[in-house]
Amino acid sequence: MAKRTPLFDLHISGEAKMLDFCGWEMPLHYGSQLHEHAQVRQGAGVFDVSHMTLLEVKGLEARAFLRYVLANDVARLQPGQSLYSCILSKTGGILDGVVVYDRGEAGYIVVANAGTHDKTIAWLNQQIRGFEADLRERLDVAILAVQGPQAVALLGEALGSDTGQQVQALRPFQFLDEQDRIISRTGYTGEDGIEIILPATAVTASWERLLNAGIQPCGLGARDSLRLEAGLNLYGNEMDESTSPLVCGLGWSVAWEPTDRKFIGRSALEKQRQDKVKTVQIGLVLEERGMLRARQRVVAPSGATGIVTSGTFSPTLGRAIGLARVPADIGAYCQVDVRSRYCPALVVKPPFVRHGHCLIGLPSAPPV
Amino acid sequence: MSHIPSNLKYTTTHEWVRQESDGTVTVGITDHAQAQLGDMVFVELPEVGRKLKAGEECAVVESVKAASDIYCPLDGTVAEANATLVDTPETINQDPYGEGWLFRLTPSDNLDQLMDAVAYAELEAAVE
Repeated sequence: MAKRTPLFDLHISGEAKMLDFCGWEMPLHYGSQLHEHAQVRQGAGVFDVSHMTLLEVKGLEARAFLRYVLANDVARLQPGQSLYSCILSKTGGILDGVVVYDRGEAGYIVVANAGTHDKTIAWLNQQIRGFEADLRERLDVAILAVQGPQAVALLGEALGSDTGQQVQALRPFQFLDEQDRIISRTGYTGEDGIEIILPATAVTASWERLLNAGIQPCGLGARDSLRLEAGLNLYGNEMDESTSPLVCGLGWSVAWEPTDRKFIGRSALEKQRQDKVKTVQIGLVLEERGMLRARQRVVAPSGATGIVTSGTFSPTLGRAIGLARVPADIGAYCQVDVRSRYCPALVVKPPFVRHGHCLIGLPSAPPV
Repeated sequence: MSHIPSNLKYTTTHEWVRQESDGTVTVGITDHAQAQLGDMVFVELPEVGRKLKAGEECAVVESVKAASDIYCPLDGTVAEANATLVDTPETINQDPYGEGWLFRLTPSDNLDQLMDAVAYAELEAAVE
């Protein structure tokens, strides 16, 4: 039996097309993925992301535990701030990618992926032994992502002026901590926006208020094309247990300093760093009409091969785009095996799109 | 519920076929098929003059979700392809039985072997 979020009935009455995502019955779109994508780039959209795993870490050694189990360093946080981190295995593979919120006295919140739920909880429970800290899953909360250039303004209207002003003042990765509600300036779309963690009992009223404020409900289809245009990784595509953060563009999230902080995976990563990483994650833009999809083969001019990890049609660029793992010396162009036809593709540095603007210089004609 | 015009013929692979007065037939995909696939982003059409067998893969429609092969409903020769779809594939979503047609065929078969609207509606119901 598929799991459902507290908003399931509203998705159905909103005529969402539903799909199974990691065991959850989630909205794919509410009519048109392309329309929802455009709304987030130009206005505002809201996503139900309550399928994500929400964990609380509390206790005297909560901080010490997270500094041991995460590749990024929560000692960099002040209460009211959040950061992104990988959870690594001992061999430096990525078990999960999470956002950690520092709530000061109230401890930490860790938001993990839905697809890694069982594995991540089991791993953290195993590692927490010996620390004076408690890990608890919160099943009584929902999570909404309100994203787009108009998101903060429209959310302010929906929340009332006081909270609205406080939200407006938040910097990226800062959050407003309101006991039973967290309002955070974070997102997964490449646009300004807010993520809200709130009681499951309050989420249907909030969802309706956001829709009444003119915010477009958006499904996981648009969430994927938006994050891909923004050059953001998806767990299971760009990253998994056999992938190091150093080969999938997440090197920035590894806190090497202070050098005496021991975290799981550190020695494996240090070795990789010394050996020089031979594969890199790059962006691809298909020069002809067609689609890029995960697992397509990439061939460099040298004959060396790589693989597309995510592909989609970019509504903003009007072309197929993708992320790929390729040899570090691939150069500016490559070929992609698109349904047994080799199509030329431009190699670019993601992100493709940020804040509504295309960041990629597109050639007017393909190279000969 | 998807729309199933009663004046058309249908295939088990969700193409529709319309008899035209000049003897050709027009082929497209059904409302059910476009709804299942979602927003169209890419269309590959057969060349005019190409001889096709019934059941042969002859076109591709690709949505944000997946690529889907189009199977020729009848033996025949391609008389025209709807070139406007190359730039506006979303027409298939907006008007699957009208402006969203894919190609016209001069058939060497007759349409009787295809399903009527009632049979296609039953097929759709069974798939749902």
